[in-house]
Amino acid sequence: MKMEKEEMIDDELSSVNELKVIPMRHKDVEAKVKAGKVEEWFYTDIVKDHFFNPRNLLRSDDDLKKFAHDGYGSVGAAACGDKMDMWIKIDKENDKIIGCLFKTFGCGSAIASTSMLTVMITENGGMLIEQALKIKPQDIVKRLGDLPQRKFHCSVLGDKSLRQAINDYFRRTGQNDRIVIEGAQVVDMALKITDKDIEEAVLDGAHDFEAVQKKTKVGVHDKSCIPKVKELIEFYKQKYYGG
Amino acid sequence: MEKISLKEIYLDNAATTYTDKRVVDEMLKYMSGDGVYGNPGSFNTIGLKAKKALDDARQRAANILGCNSSEIIFTGSGTESINLALQGIARANMNSKKKHIITSKVEHKAVLETCEYLESTGFKVTYLDVDEFGLVKPEKLGAALTDETLLVSIMYANNEVGSVNNIPELVKVCKESGKKVLFHTDACQAAGYLDINIKNLGVDLMTINASKLYGPKGVGLLYIRQGVVLKPIIIGGGQERGLRSGTENVAGIVGFVKALEIAEQEKNSEVKRLTELRDYLIKNLMEKIPKVLLNGHPMQRLPNNANLSFIDVEGEAIMLMMNEVAGICASSGSACTSKTLDPSHVILALGRPYEVAHGSIRFTLGRSTTKANIDKVIEVLPGIIEKLREISPVNLKMEEVLPIGK
Repeated sequence: MKMEKEEMIDDELSSVNELKVIPMRHKDVEAKVKAGKVEEWFYTDIVKDHFFNPRNLLRSDDDLKKFAHDGYGSVGAAACGDKMDMWIKIDKENDKIIGCLFKTFGCGSAIASTSMLTVMITENGGMLIEQALKIKPQDIVKRLGDLPQRKFHCSVLGDKSLRQAINDYFRRTGQNDRIVIEGAQVVDMALKITDKDIEEAVLDGAHDFEAVQKKTKVGVHDKSCIPKVKELIEFYKQKYYGG
Repeated sequence: MEKISLKEIYLDNAATTYTDKRVVDEMLKYMSGDGVYGNPGSFNTIGLKAKKALDDARQRAANILGCNSSEIIFTGSGTESINLALQGIARANMNSKKKHIITSKVEHKAVLETCEYLESTGFKVTYLDVDEFGLVKPEKLGAALTDETLLVSIMYANNEVGSVNNIPELVKVCKESGKKVLFHTDACQAAGYLDINIKNLGVDLMTINASKLYGPKGVGLLYIRQGVVLKPIIIGGGQERGLRSGTENVAGIVGFVKALEIAEQEKNSEVKRLTELRDYLIKNLMEKIPKVLLNGHPMQRLPNNANLSFIDVEGEAIMLMMNEVAGICASSGSACTSKTLDPSHVILALGRPYEVAHGSIRFTLGRSTTKANIDKVIEVLPGIIEKLREISPVNLKMEEVLPIGK
């Protein structure tokens, strides 16, 4: 079984590191993995591994106190099927993320992709904030060794909650000029459909106007928005699948 | 009863069942060159043997349903039977004033999508709300009936939460209204467990399929009361009284009827056995795991169905963990297991909030299910839920997730 390299943490940050390596593997799974008996699944071995052994999981209020986070972000709701909470620790001098804790309500791939994201931003001594802000869902999917197409949307909340946590850090430290606002803009006036809805539809596999309309009903009443919607679809296709 | 042993613990029998070995053995006689392989429509001795087999199977099915053999049409699936019933009735009434159909919000997609299609052709459809158990209230049906109502289609037992509608009572409401309404019931989940005798049910049309009762996939049946006029949706050589053209699937039909007979013979003992196992499973999971809700009616439900919502966790994650850890195969009403982004329309129709629908798991027991299987579920599930709750940031109070308005 292919395993992800465990993240490297500087010695002086060993207190953060302690929180990260608590083994979480179910004993039955452990035995199966050791015996090489883990059978083919819908998901890759990396996804399974992160699902069964989430890295950087926040386990208790005590953990959080010890962690002393610099930023917190939360996206989604249980009602929508996904909710992700993320806490980050910043090396202020070097503008790097050096620690991250998370909690996720969601399916296997949602849990695995948040876990993987926390590894990506903290490995090799931590990621520069500027770099972390650029992480796209497909970067996470790539590291997971792919996700089934229709599970792709399950990986989009992690990067959103990360950006929220980073904004929270900027706010707490008075770096207001660095805050990135991600506002939704209404494109279909009749049905109040926003660019975010178009983004979601593209992420969910709708790659042309007809498919997006089928999912969102965009442009059914307000036909004037169709050219703009087509533009957005191209933009998000490029953003998520093109690069 | 046939004994089989599986490596996995298969608790998804409402999705489909395996084909019983006795059924397979029977079917094999109707395929190869030394068997009965002819076209029932051929006027030669080979064809006549096939026609005789088909006639015989139809008569045996009629015996079980308590109807005339001419009232049975064999189709390619439950979905096709439903389409033939709904579209067939609608097509025969395109020029009539009666263009209103009543169904319920918890029907199978085959009914709901067909109704939606019929709306696009000019029919008006009423989708009845159900109670908190998923049942259609007779008074709600009565209130929805109008002079324009042509057809009512209400499922016998729900495929997701297992709640069993009182079909004779619902039929009575239609008859007593004097509105000349046809009644169709989707009995795909009911067959094998409940009374499917037409005389007792009083319905005008009824759908059953083979792949839910240990018969082969790809065979369905539609009972059509004598005198009810339908127009076909598949046109061609005029087989099945012109209502379903295409060479009859003789082996499949013979297998279906054999499966139906076995299911009827073993019904009483199997219902008793599964009801006990079902209740044992529900009771133990609800005792051993905090914050669990039972979806569907506690008693008026299919003997093989247990549908539970585990609060604060997501169904697909539960399913995957159960599958990986103990080989348990179940299904979930979570959005992540559906093709759309919406969770189960059935669980939502019970008045449950979205959070609860996302965390629902359906266990459907069957002939292969043993007490040891159920014990395994009871053994591993509490730990799985605990583990997923540790990962989850959600911690709802039970008051927040109880049915709306309750």
